[in-house]
Amino acid sequence: MTKVCILNYGSGNVKSVLNLFESINVPVSISNDKKEIERSSHLVLPGVGAFKAAMENIKKWIPLEAVEKEVFEKKKPFLGICVGMQVMASNSLEFGNHLGLNWIPGTVCKLATESLPLPHIGWNNLSSRKKSGILDGIDEELDFYFVHSFKYELRNKDFLLATTEYEENFPSVINKENLYGVQFHPEKSQIAGKKLAMNFLKIR
Amino acid sequence: MKKKRVLAVLLIKDGVLVQSKKFERYQNLGNPFVAVKRLSEWASDELIYLDITDQNNSLDFEQSKKSFLDIVNQVSKSALMPITVGGGIRTIGDIEERLAFGADKICINTIIFEDKGFIEQSARKFGSQCIVASIDIKKVGDDVLIFSEKGKKLIKENPFDIFKRIQDDGVGEIFLNFIDRDGMKNGYDIDLINKFSQNIKIPYIVCGGAGQWSDFKEIFDKTNADAAAAANIFHHIDQSMYLAKNYLFESGCNVRKPQLLEI
Repeated sequence: MTKVCILNYGSGNVKSVLNLFESINVPVSISNDKKEIERSSHLVLPGVGAFKAAMENIKKWIPLEAVEKEVFEKKKPFLGICVGMQVMASNSLEFGNHLGLNWIPGTVCKLATESLPLPHIGWNNLSSRKKSGILDGIDEELDFYFVHSFKYELRNKDFLLATTEYEENFPSVINKENLYGVQFHPEKSQIAGKKLAMNFLKIR
Repeated sequence: MKKKRVLAVLLIKDGVLVQSKKFERYQNLGNPFVAVKRLSEWASDELIYLDITDQNNSLDFEQSKKSFLDIVNQVSKSALMPITVGGGIRTIGDIEERLAFGADKICINTIIFEDKGFIEQSARKFGSQCIVASIDIKKVGDDVLIFSEKGKKLIKENPFDIFKRIQDDGVGEIFLNFIDRDGMKNGYDIDLINKFSQNIKIPYIVCGGAGQWSDFKEIFDKTNADAAAAANIFHHIDQSMYLAKNYLFESGCNVRKPQLLEI
């Protein structure tokens, strides 16, 4: 049975992510309880704010061993949103150098823009780089809502599903096996966000 | 490519949705929940909710604040889009409270001038993307002046110093409000926008004067504003935001392709 567990480390937008999954009528909870994580079919890690604080709070509040067991042994689909995606990297250069979970090797570094302001705030589209179920029915006419200054520089480009242009092309959707990451906020992207959430739930 | 935005502004006074003219006259538009829900469904790129209740002239200020936060809470549950909330923000606690009710960004005005450390303090705590500075501009004779307290208090600080200061302190966006054009439907003040925008390096939103869809197009054609905002124009026509976006999309503006949502 499909059931979503949103992991909670005090990130500001947990409730918005809950609203997204509730809007598509799927059983969903916000929880760090090991049993709840075990009972769920899909795991979601939201994120807003700085990398270092996010990593510290994730280590403090989320039972990572239990999550890793579900993700790496039972291969449950996992979706990281914004900073929740970035923490899957090896490290981040945001205000210093900080270690990440190292689930999908790469480095988080600042967007290289000269003429456009940072953060990159607003609606922008995706250019697909590789076919994947999570991008089913999502074409360049659909826009998603972005708020970020940093990007996920992948070590292995095979894990790149889509890029977005903001002076440079940066990774906006990444995927390694059952791990998925999106740089934008599906919970703030109206119908496009619902489409992506429904695609994610179809992944088994 | 990143799109230009069209934003709906909703003014709530004493818990009721209102329409305003030059920040002075207010007309009651009735039950906010119905109108607010309708507007939320019409493909707006973002929503801005401003509580313009006058603390000194409100019969029950606490109740009106509660009603306002109730609206924000309800809307954030179904709107699935960025929501900016403003009005009466004086402390870090005020920001935390509104974020907890579902706001994504906070719009500040009077406090910018009363506490010059506030932007830096709040941007550091919540991130620049969370803090929007509303600057209210009015022509008085040949002068262009800046006001706070809903257009009542003249600010003596030089406008260009203000723009430099708030950007240096880390504000994420600037919301330019043209009081003379508020509710007048005579189009945006393009010349004044271009004069002020020379001092702005971050995304800015313009508001005041939209009377027809082509006024939005003029903003995107003749200024480098990131977003055009309006209030009154969206209230009286069915599916107004969809029609506005459709007009802009069909005339080649760089906006999101409009969709009628089934939220």
